[in-house]
Amino acid sequence: MSRSFAHIIVATAVTCLLVLACFQVPGDWNWSGVWEYRQKFIFGWLVTLGLSLASLVLSVVIGLVVAIFLGARNPLIEATGRIYVEIIRGTPLLVQLLLGFYVIANAVGIENRFVVGTLVLAAFSGAYMAEIFRGGLNAIPKTQRDSARAIGLTQWQSFRLVILPQAVRLVLPAVAGQLVSLIKDSSLLSVIAISEFTLNAREVNSFTYSTLESYLPLAIGYLMLTLPLSATARWLEASFSYER
Amino acid sequence: MRLIIKDLTQKFGTTRVLDKLSIETGTVNSLVLVGPSGGGKSTLLRILAGLDIPTSGTVTFDKTVLQRDEANLRLYRRTVGTVFQSYNLFPHLSARENLILPLVHVHGFSRDDAMARVEEPLRRFQLSEHADKRPAELSGGQNQRIAILRAMVVKPNRLFLDEPTSALDPEMTAEVLDMIEGLKDSGTDFVLVTHAMNFARRVADEVAFIGDGTVLSHGPAKTVFEDSKNSRVASFFEQVLR
Repeated sequence: MSRSFAHIIVATAVTCLLVLACFQVPGDWNWSGVWEYRQKFIFGWLVTLGLSLASLVLSVVIGLVVAIFLGARNPLIEATGRIYVEIIRGTPLLVQLLLGFYVIANAVGIENRFVVGTLVLAAFSGAYMAEIFRGGLNAIPKTQRDSARAIGLTQWQSFRLVILPQAVRLVLPAVAGQLVSLIKDSSLLSVIAISEFTLNAREVNSFTYSTLESYLPLAIGYLMLTLPLSATARWLEASFSYER
Repeated sequence: MRLIIKDLTQKFGTTRVLDKLSIETGTVNSLVLVGPSGGGKSTLLRILAGLDIPTSGTVTFDKTVLQRDEANLRLYRRTVGTVFQSYNLFPHLSARENLILPLVHVHGFSRDDAMARVEEPLRRFQLSEHADKRPAELSGGQNQRIAILRAMVVKPNRLFLDEPTSALDPEMTAEVLDMIEGLKDSGTDFVLVTHAMNFARRVADEVAFIGDGTVLSHGPAKTVFEDSKNSRVASFFEQVLR
């Protein structure tokens, strides 16, 4: 049996069980009430998609830069990276969003809440990404750097041609997991009044009093974002793979 | 090549791995460094190859003095080749890509020219059929021969080989030693660190016995191997040649 066929079978089985369980729920379903608000779901989903894509790209860039900071010889640069990671990882995203929007963005004069939301989310995820990258870069044996120097590569060439391609393969699974988290963490952006996917579902629930009918589409909507991401990561992993 | 080293010292923390090591060779094709593990052979070779900067002292190859800054050392490394004990090929690239990488990214060849240039050496050393495999799919001997080729295809002024057979089975050792002997026949200059004493004897124009961070004995192979004046050297050979 092929692997993707097995995936389809298991996914179908799980879906069937869930649907069966739904039939056991007492009372009537109110899909028509929720259907009225379908525009809100679509709009919210698109906002979440846009925010996630932007912070996803940005968080990879932040992660790489901070990972290089963490490995720097200069103690001031290393400390900057370390303190950034510890502060971001040690505090709730909720607080970072509120501080970011009402204090920092206000101080530097950024008013667009989408921009602030994207930046804070990327900064949050970037701290985790930095540690993943640092681990990957450190896992490449020192002898590889030696070998790169011996053939006369510059430090940057050695990083780009020798270290990075090997590290990418090592970190891909962890990075994919972090990006999936990022997409789901974007639901917190509603605290700075961004009308993203989860906020819209919550509103539909409060208009219709149909909780499950409002939140089941939410789950499916998030899967529509995260599954393609996981699939892409697995495909990349396969194309980077080699025996060590 | 002619190598002159004066008062070479290398300290790691408080340990002196090389201690005012000095040597002056004649004009030779091959210099072989032998001696006990931890005696400083590999440390010396890394300095000669421009990979490490010594604490103090000078190294002169054919009137060119080795510089002490990374930028100049990098230029120097581009003119020499280095082969490591554990091959150190790039595992994410095929054997052929490993050979092409320095040609394209360091020596300015186009990809096509680089491809053409590695074809003949791959064939000569019976590695053509393995050229598209990655290092993990090749035997240790094949890997080391690719590593030697990688150092050779850039036409270096000289090669540095750090225990190139220490990680290999006896059969594979033979194929790598054959290749190094071929280098000698083709007139390529090299400095070799090895524990293969009979081989050292065969290929060395001069042998230097390195121990306790300094040169304990130096001269033509025969003289060094039969150096009974130095008890440290004599007991070492007594052990390894038994």
